[in-house]
Amino acid sequence: MRLILHRLGLYAITAWVAITVNFLLPRLMPGNPIQTMIGKLQSNVTPAEVRSIQLSFGGSLHSGLVHQYVTYLDQMVHGNLGVSITLSSPVSTILRGAVPWTVGLIGISTVLSFFIGTIAGALLGWTRGSRLDALIPTATFFQAVPYFFLGTVMLMIFGSELHWFPQLGAYSLNVSPSWTWAFVASALRYGELPMISIVLSSIAGWILGMRNMMITMVAEDFVLMSVAMGLPRRRVIWTAARNAILPSIANLSLAIGLVVSGALLVELVFNYPGVGDLLLNAVENEDYPLIQGIFLVITLAVLAANFIADMVYFALDPRTRTEAQS
Amino acid sequence: MRALRLPHSPKVLLGLGITVFFLLLTIVGPYLAPDSPNNTSFAPNLTPSWHHLFGTTSLGQDIFSQTLVGARATVVVALVAGLVAALLSTVVGVAAGYLGGAADDGLSLLSNVFLAIPGLPLLIVIDSYLPVNSRSNALVIGLVISVTGWAWGARVLRAQTMSLRNRDFVEAARIIGERRWRIMFSEVAPNLLPILASSLLFTVLYSIGAYVTLAYIGLTSTSVWNWGTMLFWAQANNAPLSGEWYWFVPPGVCIALVGTGLALLNFGIDEFINPRLRESGLTARQRRQRGLPRRVRLGLTPVLRDAPVRRARVMDASKVSS
Repeated sequence: MRLILHRLGLYAITAWVAITVNFLLPRLMPGNPIQTMIGKLQSNVTPAEVRSIQLSFGGSLHSGLVHQYVTYLDQMVHGNLGVSITLSSPVSTILRGAVPWTVGLIGISTVLSFFIGTIAGALLGWTRGSRLDALIPTATFFQAVPYFFLGTVMLMIFGSELHWFPQLGAYSLNVSPSWTWAFVASALRYGELPMISIVLSSIAGWILGMRNMMITMVAEDFVLMSVAMGLPRRRVIWTAARNAILPSIANLSLAIGLVVSGALLVELVFNYPGVGDLLLNAVENEDYPLIQGIFLVITLAVLAANFIADMVYFALDPRTRTEAQS
Repeated sequence: MRALRLPHSPKVLLGLGITVFFLLLTIVGPYLAPDSPNNTSFAPNLTPSWHHLFGTTSLGQDIFSQTLVGARATVVVALVAGLVAALLSTVVGVAAGYLGGAADDGLSLLSNVFLAIPGLPLLIVIDSYLPVNSRSNALVIGLVISVTGWAWGARVLRAQTMSLRNRDFVEAARIIGERRWRIMFSEVAPNLLPILASSLLFTVLYSIGAYVTLAYIGLTSTSVWNWGTMLFWAQANNAPLSGEWYWFVPPGVCIALVGTGLALLNFGIDEFINPRLRESGLTARQRRQRGLPRRVRLGLTPVLRDAPVRRARVMDASKVSS
């Protein structure tokens, strides 16, 4: 329980740091982007909209820094992330349309990549020294390929040359978003190639980590013991793997941030209408309120995912519970 | 001082070869380039041939020259970022691990916060506020990248320092009255070297990825040629969908090769630290020469006999988490 609270505290502080970075950056950076932005807007928006932008940055720029900060925190607490300059609608509304796509895409591919990679790593660790070890440099190569580059290559080969998968977007233009079977099937079909790209880019880390732990674990006495007891090979592998998996789960919460970072760019390659695509468009148009809102939402989502991963780890590793009691 | 031994494992030798090759390319690449990367005087969209080894872009630029010239900026920024990040993580990690108490709490909190914030989105936010003229500055970009990349190394180094702090030889040095900084640098630091090297490799690897990504989304100056900028132009001109693979494959493969080289080198460090992994890096022939069983049997992971005795121990990730 103490550990859970400790973790919660850490994530709360992290969220606060992210919000504060968002607040301070536009004020500390040379060139005063807020003034530039408002100047750029003055000609084609109503004064009310200018006021709302000022609000989302923490009140009028003429008031003191502390007052701005308090106003800013207040806005954040109420879920008001400001108004996008280019799309002229509230950032939170825009995000509501994009978040489900990203959560679906990245969520499913992370889970797939973790399970497939861990199982493959356990088997590679068990059969170490065999020909299967040739897979390791290959896996290392895939780990070093940037997500977006692999996505680009996949798109060219399987999308535009072989036509095995649809090329761009998240669903066919013939269906409209709704909870019908036709739409869900189309969304899944369009999600396949981006998902395969993300899995291929992220799987190597799980394979290599699990393999190294498995090699260490196989040398433990309890594995020798279970072989000596005559347990079926499959049971023995399972026993060793169950113990070797803990560091992988401990790393899960660290890896989520990296996977999300990489996967956001895959959306750009495939024109997938998620948060990543939105972020990169916002960067291109210097839409600062949107950039900051997206950064905040991504950070909070990653923190939530981290917390879930931590909980799984605490549930699986009895050592964390005895530590908490002492 | 033990003589420097070349690693036995072919994986590690391959990694060393790749890394040295690209380091050389960084130095001589721009001189070897047959044309200026900005020269648009060639016919557009030429497929690879003897005149243009990697073909030309749709603007008529020579892709081979762009790749050679782009090596320098990519590697230089990654090295700057990697070195700064490694320095930061050493200072924070060793101080936290050695000092303990409130200093440790504060520094650990700092690195845990930076670990939890997703790096790339933070990088994008910071970078999008940078004035355009400093986006072409390798030093500025390198520093910004290092801010998001130091925390993991700090965490690993802290754990290792903590475990070293209570070893007998450190205790002995303390008892005979060695000064604190002397213990830190002469007793603790040498035993951190493998971990430090490995965290340097990782930060350089991370920095290459981060820099190339920033360039790919157009957040670095497009007037500086690097592999990310090449990918940016290829994407902007729809090269993947029009089948112009020769435009984006060379820079992408270079990035992946550098990354693979660094990661394979890191295997060498892992095997150096953990003798059990060392045995698994040998080829069949090397195994026979050493009189090891061809197939490793259960419970018998042989530790090579000529292995140097190391005090450093591999960290169990589950014990590292604070």
